[in-house]
Amino acid sequence: MATKTVRTEEAKRLSFWEKLYIPEIAKGLGLTLKQMFQPKFTREYPEEKYIPAASYRGRPVLVQEDYGERCVACGLCSRVCPAIAIEVQAAETEKEKERYPVKFEINMLRCIFCGYCEEVCPEEAIVMSRDYELVFEHPEDAIFGKDRLLVPVSQLQERLEYLRQYKG
Amino acid sequence: MLLIDVVILVVKIFVVLQIFLIGAAYVVLFERKVSAWIQNRVGPNRTGWHGSLQSFADVLKLVMKEDIVPAQADYGFHLLAPIISIGIAIAVWAVIPFADSFTIGGKVIVPTVAPNLNVGLLLLFALSSLGVYGITLAGWASNSKYSLLGGLRSSAQMISYELSMGLSLVGMMLYMGTVNITEIVQAQGGSWLGFIPRWNIFVQPLGFLIFLVAAFAETNRAPFDLAEAEPELVGGFHTEYTGLKFGLFFLAEYGNVILMSALMATLFFGGYHFPDVENWSFFKEHDVLRALLQFGALFIKTVALVFFFIWVRWSIPRFRYDQLMNLGWRVMFPLALANVVITAIIVSVIQSH
Repeated sequence: MATKTVRTEEAKRLSFWEKLYIPEIAKGLGLTLKQMFQPKFTREYPEEKYIPAASYRGRPVLVQEDYGERCVACGLCSRVCPAIAIEVQAAETEKEKERYPVKFEINMLRCIFCGYCEEVCPEEAIVMSRDYELVFEHPEDAIFGKDRLLVPVSQLQERLEYLRQYKG
Repeated sequence: MLLIDVVILVVKIFVVLQIFLIGAAYVVLFERKVSAWIQNRVGPNRTGWHGSLQSFADVLKLVMKEDIVPAQADYGFHLLAPIISIGIAIAVWAVIPFADSFTIGGKVIVPTVAPNLNVGLLLLFALSSLGVYGITLAGWASNSKYSLLGGLRSSAQMISYELSMGLSLVGMMLYMGTVNITEIVQAQGGSWLGFIPRWNIFVQPLGFLIFLVAAFAETNRAPFDLAEAEPELVGGFHTEYTGLKFGLFFLAEYGNVILMSALMATLFFGGYHFPDVENWSFFKEHDVLRALLQFGALFIKTVALVFFFIWVRWSIPRFRYDQLMNLGWRVMFPLALANVVITAIIVSVIQSH
């Protein structure tokens, strides 16, 4: 008994030359050959670094003014942090009613770069930087103290301007 | 057999082995580079000059990896499978002629490991058929359902395409009147009308097309790479292989790509012949230089075909399994038969005149 070949919709749609495969294959090969001579998209990373826009959320840093840090050790960032990465210990300054952080530590293994600390800060003292190169050899190295967190305000101008324009 | 003959044979085997191993390593790099260029990338460029040591770094990594054998696997067969695959990929090189014979110190050297073998082409088919064993055994000995399915898929595919592959060369055998590969290559020297090289592709274009498609299927490469099918399957027949054993399968795959390219160059593109230039009187006197030139010609032809293999892989989407079988049995097989019949009629008509 002869079996009947069922012509599928797909088979009906194709023309004779398309069913022959070969011209279509040649067309495809031509396209890929053309792509081989197009300019490359690769960025040679360690030599050629990516500089993110001001809206980028890299590692959080403390803003350092001439007189010291802006931070008044209110502890809001520590309270809001969903990953419990921030630890702040406050102390009194010589001036009346003024406080400063004796200890300010961010555990960069816990940080999820959500930017809540920056959003909640009443003093604009903690902001997200452009720094995305975070490599540690030991878990202890990942706990950033004040020595590594303080960044001069001059380096953070673009981010501060961005916040003034869009925050709130 | 004199001692000097043994030494010559050992040197020939050593050279062929080195060509195979280093060639396979560089084809891996070449594949990664070409795929990168096609996708507008740069490709590996950190290890050595433009990534030239990348393959060796990869091999070193594979050697240092732990060799894991599944608890329920048959250890002997699990070990045997990659050895069969790589052994066959190397053994077939014995019949490929690299250049015309040349003389060093009164000793005639034929640059083929098994020169002038009267059953050359048949030996080649017999050996490449055994390649199925390596893959099926790998799937079966792993005692894993993924490996077994992968192995079965690929053995069914290889057996189906072996038919069209063999038949596609029957037309050429009828036309040449021999299965001796050395004679087939020698008959392709010279040219018609002074400018068309006497290559078999101009006599057997259909045979070449069928052989090309079957070669893609035999080496389990895209668009017929259903055995591995990276985005779809767990890993095909080599799911349960790690370290150096996996490396051997990998090497065998790329070795087979070079082998098929060299074979197509030998059978259809005039082998080591470099039209006209090799007949200059200068090369008649210096036959060592002529052998080098001919080896270079074969090398260039092989590299061009390897490039074609890679180019196709990164251009054409994978076939579905039923499409693969349809193409093999209902298109390639009748076409190959038709090619044999037509060639037989033409050859008998020409001979009777």
